[in-house]
Amino acid sequence: MDITLKVNGSSHSVPVDPRMSLLDLLRERLGLIGAKKGCDHGQCGACTVLIDGRRANSCLALAVATDGSEIVTVEGLMDGDELHPLQAAFIEHDAFQCGYCTPGQLCSAMGMLGEPGPSAITGDLREDPGLTPEEIRERMSGNLCRCGAYVNIVSAIAEVAP
Amino acid sequence: MKLFEYTRAGSAADAVRSFGPGTMYLGGGTNLVDLMRLGVAEPDRLVDVGKLPLDAIEEAGGRLRVGAAVRNSDLAAHPLVRSRYPMLARAVLSGASGQVRNMATTAGNLLQRTRCPYFQDVTRPCNKRQPGSGCPAIEGDHTNLAILGTSHACVATHPSDLAVALAALEAEVHVTGPGGDKIVPMPGLHRLPGDAPERDTVLEEGDLITAVELPAPPPGASLYRKVRERASFAFALVSIAAVLDVRDGTVAGCRIALGGVAHAPWRAEHAEQVLVGGPATGEAFRTAAEAELERARPLPRNDFKVPLARNLIVRTLEELAP
Ligand SMILES: Cc1cc2nc3c(=O)[nH]c(=O)nc-3n(C[C@H](O)[C@H](O)[C@H](O)COP(=O)(O)OP(=O)(O)OC[C@H]3O[C@@H](n4cnc5c(N)ncnc54)[C@H](O)[C@@H]3O)c2cc1C
Ligand code: SF4
Ligand code: FES
Ligand code: FES
Repeated sequence: MDITLKVNGSSHSVPVDPRMSLLDLLRERLGLIGAKKGCDHGQCGACTVLIDGRRANSCLALAVATDGSEIVTVEGLMDGDELHPLQAAFIEHDAFQCGYCTPGQLCSAMGMLGEPGPSAITGDLREDPGLTPEEIRERMSGNLCRCGAYVNIVSAIAEVAP
Repeated sequence: MKLFEYTRAGSAADAVRSFGPGTMYLGGGTNLVDLMRLGVAEPDRLVDVGKLPLDAIEEAGGRLRVGAAVRNSDLAAHPLVRSRYPMLARAVLSGASGQVRNMATTAGNLLQRTRCPYFQDVTRPCNKRQPGSGCPAIEGDHTNLAILGTSHACVATHPSDLAVALAALEAEVHVTGPGGDKIVPMPGLHRLPGDAPERDTVLEEGDLITAVELPAPPPGASLYRKVRERASFAFALVSIAAVLDVRDGTVAGCRIALGGVAHAPWRAEHAEQVLVGGPATGEAFRTAAEAELERARPLPRNDFKVPLARNLIVRTLEELAP
């Protein structure tokens, strides 16, 4: 099957096997190796990308099912040669050790910053809670880091949060 | 993964029409794609219903209609859900991760399959996956499996948090299928295992969920609580959706649904009966919880769920009592 995707601003038409995940398509067909394969089961968040503006696990998305979508990967966060403020904050706060989970953390944080609504730990559901470190932690809980760099990841995101 | 054909349905009627042998509907894919990768599900054809225009949340006559393709994150963030059905929003937010909730649909969440480790492992027998092959969980790892309504054939639990809240809210599941349209009231959608654990629900082949309709919220205060092995991003050991209406110290109404304890969201009807008309005291809550859990048939490695469920019921009702 042929599908058409807009990835980081440019359009691609590619033939795909229906079994291929969006993650494999990005990495193996489009050469975008930023998104990482950790668990391949939706459990670690290393493969997080933005699909039509929303963070999602690209390992659980069939590429065919994303036909017509707009995808942003970690490679698409930069503005020209300029790092996105979130990327700069990750560097400044030393929010990585091995860095394997970082692309997923960055895309997840990008999506999370734009998500309305409460989280599981929000006290009053009728109000939009601010992005306190606790709220950031809960909202980023779909991204697991084996190196245990959580503290710096939270402080990096908090710097960019409104 | 076995090769399959993929088509995207344009309408609900179109989806039902194109359903044939070996076909499965695809919602967000967060459960089905995973099961296909594990070799547990092997459809010949996927009909994608995740992009159907069934993605609106609408109010009509005091009821709320949630389309089958509404994403879990949109459901939990909707202002009417947050203000009128906070228990439902909390149940959804307690499940999975931000990424998964962005993909997962309302219908797919209700029809997700058990997380029993043997069910997911195709090298092991499992009555749910392969009828008649046996249930290794009963003798083996059943730490997280059911204590209520089990059978000799299966002790799996239903993993959905959303379903537990919908069971307490007495939602209606709207279905269209080869046999026509029907409405399935919650908690009646999911079945107990009995002799046919391969069937999770009362739906027939080709039945498509189109919407979930919520009646006006029941009077009283409500809560959703989930006990799990870590603070977030984990399935429930035991969860509870509870509504308690107390007037002049007497329980006027009560609804309790439990998750993580049975093959279906478990309405604690015995506990409810004990409570209604009686005093709203800690002692009454304990008696009611015990009346329900008398029915529990735990296995050696999940007997901890009995006191866990009892304490969760008592603590939650105490918190809800004025
Ligand atoms: C890591 C991880 C953690 C999770 N934690 C939790 C948790 O704590 N609590 C929880 O409740 N859930 C949890 N989930 C499960 C997740 O919520 C479900 O996978 C999701 O809700 C399924 O929705 P979907 O749209 O992706 O369904 P799909 O995977 O697309 O489909 C699931 C089933 O529903 C059927 N289906 C889909 N749409 C329809 C329809 N309209 N009519 C009829 N049949 C249909 C499909 O054929 C399939 O059998 C977790 C998932 C992951 C990956
Ligand atoms: S408990 Fe049910 S799902 Fe688990 S192995 Fe036994 S039959 Fe299979
Ligand atoms: S690789 Fe997708 S969540 Fe782990
Ligand atoms: S920095 Fe190594 S996995 Fe997160």
